[in-house]
Parts: sequence; C-alpha cells; structure tokens
Amino acid sequence: MDTSVATSASKPILSVDHVAVQFGGLVAISDMCFDVHEGELVSLIGPNGAGKTTAFNVITGFQRPTRGTVTFRGTSLEGLKPHEVTGLGLVRTFQRTSLFEKISVFDNVLIGLHRRTSPSLFGTLLGLPRERRAEEALREEAWETLRLVGIEHQANEAGGSLPYGDQRLLGVALALAANPSALLLDEPVSGMNASETSRFIELLMRLRKMGKTILLVEHDMPMVMKISDRIVVLNYGRIIANGTPTEIQNNPEVIAAYLGGGVKNA
Amino acid sequence: MKLIASLLILAFFATVPLWLQDQYYLHTLVVTGIFMLAAMSLNLLLGFTGQLSLGHVAFFGIGAYVSALTSLGFSVTIFGMPIVHEPWPPFVGLIFGALAAGLCGYLIGKLAFRVRGAYFVIVTISFAEVVRLVSLNWVELTNGPLALPGIPPMTLGFEWSGYLTLWGKAQNYYFVLAVIVLTYVLIRRLVYSPYGRAMIALRENETLAVSVGISVTKYLVLAAVFSGALAGLAGGLYAHYIQIIDPMIFMFLNTVTMVIMVITGGKGTLAGPVVGGLIFGIAPVVLRSYVGPEVQWILYGVLMILIVFVLPEGIVPAIERWFNRGGASRSPTGRGASSGGSSGDGSALALSGSGKGNS
Repeated sequence: MDTSVATSASKPILSVDHVAVQFGGLVAISDMCFDVHEGELVSLIGPNGAGKTTAFNVITGFQRPTRGTVTFRGTSLEGLKPHEVTGLGLVRTFQRTSLFEKISVFDNVLIGLHRRTSPSLFGTLLGLPRERRAEEALREEAWETLRLVGIEHQANEAGGSLPYGDQRLLGVALALAANPSALLLDEPVSGMNASETSRFIELLMRLRKMGKTILLVEHDMPMVMKISDRIVVLNYGRIIANGTPTEIQNNPEVIAAYLGGGVKNA
Repeated sequence: MKLIASLLILAFFATVPLWLQDQYYLHTLVVTGIFMLAAMSLNLLLGFTGQLSLGHVAFFGIGAYVSALTSLGFSVTIFGMPIVHEPWPPFVGLIFGALAAGLCGYLIGKLAFRVRGAYFVIVTISFAEVVRLVSLNWVELTNGPLALPGIPPMTLGFEWSGYLTLWGKAQNYYFVLAVIVLTYVLIRRLVYSPYGRAMIALRENETLAVSVGISVTKYLVLAAVFSGALAGLAGGLYAHYIQIIDPMIFMFLNTVTMVIMVITGGKGTLAGPVVGGLIFGIAPVVLRSYVGPEVQWILYGVLMILIVFVLPEGIVPAIERWFNRGGASRSPTGRGASSGGSSGDGSALALSGSGKGNS
C-alpha cells in the first residue's frame, strides 16, 4: 500500500482529540486520539465491544463525548447536532438501517441529495421555473450517484427489495449524495458474499480516486489489510496501535489482543 | 393521462350544482368539502411526517373563531385595558384565521416535537381541550356556550371590482371547491419538493434522515405550521358558511372524523383524504333514512375497521396498485407514500390520479 498519501497531507481533515465516552460506570472509550488526513482511507478495527461504533457516533454527533473534542476541517463539532455535522461534509452510514426500505431506490438518493439544494418555500409553492430547474438538476445528480455505485438499473425498485449487497451500496449512495468530503462507513461489507465484497472494494477504490476521505469500521480483515492506508486498532475503548497494515500485522500487542495468527493467512 | 382524468373528475364536480337541485344535498357537499380540507391538512402531518395530531380540531376551531371574530368585531377587556375591534371583511377574517392557526401550529410544533410519537399525540389532545375550555369560558369574547351568531357570509372582491357575497349554497360550493383545488395543488408541490421528501424521510427513518443532513425540528415544525394553517382555513370557511359557531366545534368527534377520512382514504397519498372525505361526508346522508345517528357512528367504526383490515394502507394506494398491475412495467414508486415519482415525466402525476375532484 502506498502510504505517502497519509504522510504528505499537511494537516488532518478530521482529528479526534482525547475523546472519552462513559455510559454510567461503563467506559466505552477511555481516551482516544487519532487523525485522518485528506484523501486517506483509515480503518478502525477492534474486537466486538471495543468502542468502534461509539467512536463513530461521537464523531458524527449522535453521541456526546464525556470528554474531549472532535475537529473536522478546523471546526469543532462540540454541541453540533447530527444534521449539522452532515452539513459540514462529514457523512456516515449505519451498520443496519442505511436506506429507506419502502421508498424507491431513486427517491432514496433524492433524499440523500437534501443537503445539495435550498429551494425557497414560496418558490416551491408557486412552482417557479427556478425551483423546477433545480429539481431537474437534482434528478440528474441522483442518476449520476446511482451510476457511480452501479445500481442505476434498479432505480424504480423499493429500497428494501434489493439484494443485500445492493442495499449496502444504496446506503453508500445515500451518504454519497450528500457530497461528503469525508465518508464514515460502519461495517459496510458485513454479511456480504465474496463477489459483493469485491464489488464494494472496487467502489471504495473509485471513491478514493475522487479524493474522498474514508474512515471505515470493518471486521473483514483481508479487505481492511488490502485497502487501508492506515489502521487504528481499538481494544477496550483504548487505541492500542495506529499504523500501516504491515505495521499492524506485525504489532505483537495487536496480535495478542485481536488478530491472533490469522492475519498471516490473509 | 392522469392529468386528463383529474380534470374530468374536477369538471364533473364543477357541474354538480347544475343538476343537483336538492339544497340539502348541496349543503352536505359543502360541509363535506370543508371537512375534506381539514382532512387534507391532517394528512400533511399524519401521512407525510407520520405524526398523529389528535387535537387537529383545535386548529380548525381557532380558524373558525378568529375568522368569525375578525369579521364580527368584538370588545374585550384584558388586564383592565379595553380592546375594541371593528368588523373587517370576512375574507380578511379567513386569512387571519389561517394565520392564527398556523401560528398555533408553530408553537405546538416547537413545543411538542422535542418529544415525538405518543407524547405529541398527548400534547395535541391537551391543546385542543385547553382551546375548547377557553372558548367555553371566555364569554366576553366568544359568547361561551351561547354561541357566536350572525357571522357574515363570505364576501369576495375589491372596492374597484364590486363585491360578491356568497349567500347561496351553489356559490359556497364553488368557493369551497376552488379552495380545495388550490390547496391540493399547493400540497402536491410541497410534497414533491425537497421539503416533502425531507418530511417523508423523517417518517420512514429519522436517524437515517438526520444522517443525510435533514433537520428534524425544521421540517416537522414546517409541516405543523402548514397543517395548522390549512385546518384554520377550513375552520374559517365553516364559520362563514354555517354562520354560527359554538364550543361544540371543538368536539373530539370532529378530530376523529378527520382521522378516519385520512386513514381510510390512504394516509400519505394526495388523493387519500379526498376519497376518504367524500365517503365519510356523504355516508351520513345515505344512512340517515335507515338508521339513527348512534347506529351510524357504530357503522362508521365497523367500516373503518373493515377497511383497515382489508386495505391497511387505505383505499387510494389499493386502487393505485390495482391499476399498476394492469400497466405492468411503468409502475413508478409502488406506494403513493413515497416522494416524487421516480423516473421521468409520467410518474410525477401518479398520485394525482383519483384526486382533484372534490366536495
């Protein structure tokens, strides 16, 4: 893996600074610090219950940290609501429900494009030409997003009726529609079969070429090792390693805590 | 195709006063139209954002009282300060009524949407009860249980154009029909815009909607304002048509009627409240010659349970599906509830199909 992307970027686009999260007496994250640089693909891994999803929730404003701050492109995310975090260009997907099941694939993406327009209410009610043109442009963008992830031929089907792999792709399309500069994917390939996973990896590669910064939570080790620029390993709410895939693979603490010997086969 | 069908249905309803000579039936249709309008406003909240307002009659009643009082004039004393209002034209009253109800929608929305679901239902019920008690006890302003009589009928026009006062049933029929068509078009535009899509997204999956950047409060409050204002408009129409209102207007039964209209017709579809409104507006007239009013209510209950069991999504989505099965490939978005038609031109009209004809 070419790691020069990571080191050459001048300053981080996303930095998590001494973040801690406690649920009553339970410490979900004790003290977490890491940066993600522009254009990087960083994976967050760790055993179940290590605090990965909590970290995602904190970064995207769904969960308030007990201590610490998250900064995105120089803006502190402290106290921002999730939709305001999205407004800054930091968009996430969810482990389970990442699409509107009863709504058509095309309309799913149209909803995802919400952040891209700000039509005037009166213009909308009066049906002014300007709003109509904006709507047309939006539809065109929706098609482009569908084509990017490769599910355009299913545009008219209800989201929930797609095959599992395509549902996950739609989830990413929804997030992509918001035109994020950083994309947070929560276990995007969990439950996918091999061919679906390889299709998903192709999509990730395309997104990287477009210059999207990606933070990934994933259990699929071969995939993580293959595509990541950098890997952050969490265990018991604390970062135990942060480095390139090769470094992680050879890190004794990581091997002990999580990977065992399995990674050598990957 | 759908547009032509809509226009034909509309044309049919425009001819009704020409051949329907019975004034009582015409009266029924006017009142049906007014409640249909209220149901359409409720549908905006219940159908498109998924929030059930069980105090919707409050907006209706506020619209009615504000419109009536604006055009009747009043004099009250608040904290020792006398306030006298000279009568204004009924049309101004109608607008004030809608604005006042919209403002209430804003306040209720701001207050209640911090907590959604069951809590919102409770807040709206309480709100309706508070408004009812105020109308009952603030005798100086509302005349309390003695009712507010002599409300002037609707007057249209300007100084330069001359005035038209809607005394007759047919005139009121056309006015209500025009308001319904206008409202239908406005709601349709709203629903097919990013605004409507945001509301539908919040209904379907709030967490996900938020993650793509949709503000919960902004869009729910917007829906509440619109819904309240339209219900207020319906209330104003009611006041100037019936020409007398009393606190009975806030009966819970009126809210239930609106909810039944929306649910049987198909919540979250544009035509749903129109179809539901027609059925439950006309049913009392049909049933009247056979059974007493109490039995009628039982029958409505049975009818509604039947419809919910057989067609859980309501009548309009069922009809749409039936038509689409025939039309095979070019079915657009399955459910009418989904936002803007997906591909290309025809689908955008899909929902307006059985709709535009009213009252």
